[in-house]
Amino acid sequence: MIVRLFNALGGAFLAFLQYLGEVVLLAADTFRSIFTHKFRWKLFFNQIVEIGLLSQVVVVITGGFTGAVFSAQTFFQFNKLGMGSATGAVVSVAICRELGPVLTALMVAGRVGAAMSAEIGTMKVTEQIDALRALAVYPTDYLVVPRALAMMISMPLLVAECIAVGIAAGYFIAIFLLEINGTYYMANMVRWTRNRDIIMGLSKAFCFGILIVFISCHKGLTAREGAVGVGRATTEAVVNSSLAVLICNFFLTMLLNIIYPAGYQ
Amino acid sequence: MIAVHGLVKRIGTQDILRGVDLDVARGETLAIIGRSGGGKSVLLKHLVGLMKPNAGEIWIEGQNIIPMNERQLAMIRPKIGILFQGAALFDSMTVEENIAFPLREAGERDPKVLREKVHQMLEVMELQGEEKKMPVNLSGGMKKRVGLARAIVRRPSCILYDEPTSGLDPVVSDSINRLIRRLQQRFGVTSIAVTHDMKNAFHVADRVAYLHEGRVYFHGTPRELEKTNDAIIQDFLLGRSEEQRASGEKL
Repeated sequence: MIVRLFNALGGAFLAFLQYLGEVVLLAADTFRSIFTHKFRWKLFFNQIVEIGLLSQVVVVITGGFTGAVFSAQTFFQFNKLGMGSATGAVVSVAICRELGPVLTALMVAGRVGAAMSAEIGTMKVTEQIDALRALAVYPTDYLVVPRALAMMISMPLLVAECIAVGIAAGYFIAIFLLEINGTYYMANMVRWTRNRDIIMGLSKAFCFGILIVFISCHKGLTAREGAVGVGRATTEAVVNSSLAVLICNFFLTMLLNIIYPAGYQ
Repeated sequence: MIAVHGLVKRIGTQDILRGVDLDVARGETLAIIGRSGGGKSVLLKHLVGLMKPNAGEIWIEGQNIIPMNERQLAMIRPKIGILFQGAALFDSMTVEENIAFPLREAGERDPKVLREKVHQMLEVMELQGEEKKMPVNLSGGMKKRVGLARAIVRRPSCILYDEPTSGLDPVVSDSINRLIRRLQQRFGVTSIAVTHDMKNAFHVADRVAYLHEGRVYFHGTPRELEKTNDAIIQDFLLGRSEEQRASGEKL
């Protein structure tokens, strides 16, 4: 009984280590390809459109409503303490450092990660990836490199957009709906929001982009067993990407807070 | 041209190939026949390096491809064209783009040259006027012909066919068989066709290899295959199941 339990736990742990190893090897292979092999500009621009341009609506809605609701909730609590005008500072710093990058990453994992995994997975189960290989095209060069580079460029831009829209939505709610004094709101926001808060958010965006693209592409490339396998790979890509974003966010926050400490200093 | 020595492949606990030995001379056409699930497609995928065996060697034009990695195999693969069982067309590309794909990847950028070569292939495959269609709008036979056009557009010295006539009606199957024969005569390529369609095997092959229980059980000309008295091969040729043979013997 105990031996079986340890066998199961050990097996799961080894499978997890193998999975991590495969994702890291895919990432290493991709970075090697970026610098050493032919670059496909057309595929890269297609992916910029797919990841960056077509995610605009999702990101704007996410940023806008998160900024609005966060502004309202902060005001409801702070106003009891007579600190209503500090709402702008809290909303701005929170969106820059945490809410903007995390929520954008979760939305992109759902929209783009799922699409990547499903598309590559379908190519895998219909032998299109074998066809690529048979035609002397290395799948990492053709499928992963354009997606990875497009993601690394698009994610920081999407997060910057989410932050801007979130702060703007928070401002409008605070000024026009909650009737906070606009001058104090802006003054506090500008005083407490530093460049390092924005840099921290964009750094996280870059890291989250890398996590999403490699987890999703790996799931697609290892999809098996027809439509069911593609469905499973897509679900796992979204779940694993989202969990990886949330877990890594904690460690990135602790690390980046050493480099870019929070608060007025 | 192609030599296979002692090829062994195990998937999970199942032994798919148990020591396959084959030699295919330049310009020759070999049909690999055998029952479904007998490892024919697995053997074919090994020949182009899409699968790695557990043991054995595969020599293509004097080079052992087994120790090669994907990058090294990319140097060998332009010599070999493969027609997949389901054609494996890129479903995000038109017929024209599918056929031009290997040329573009080889660095050809001149639209005039690309158009010319694609049209030449469409003519050989009798697919004129279909170039703007997406794969989803093609019939099974048309997909196979586009897959074949894509496989041979860079003029490989060897073509591998994985079940070229499976899932096609007898008329379309016959047109595919004639097409394969025509390609052999026109381009003089070495061909290996995996099939369990006996008409296809007899129509296109110079020699036939019968794969049974992971090994080459018979290797000879189609005429020798027809004449053999071996019960296993006769059952296969006549499409006779074990139950049928048992009941026949009792009767």
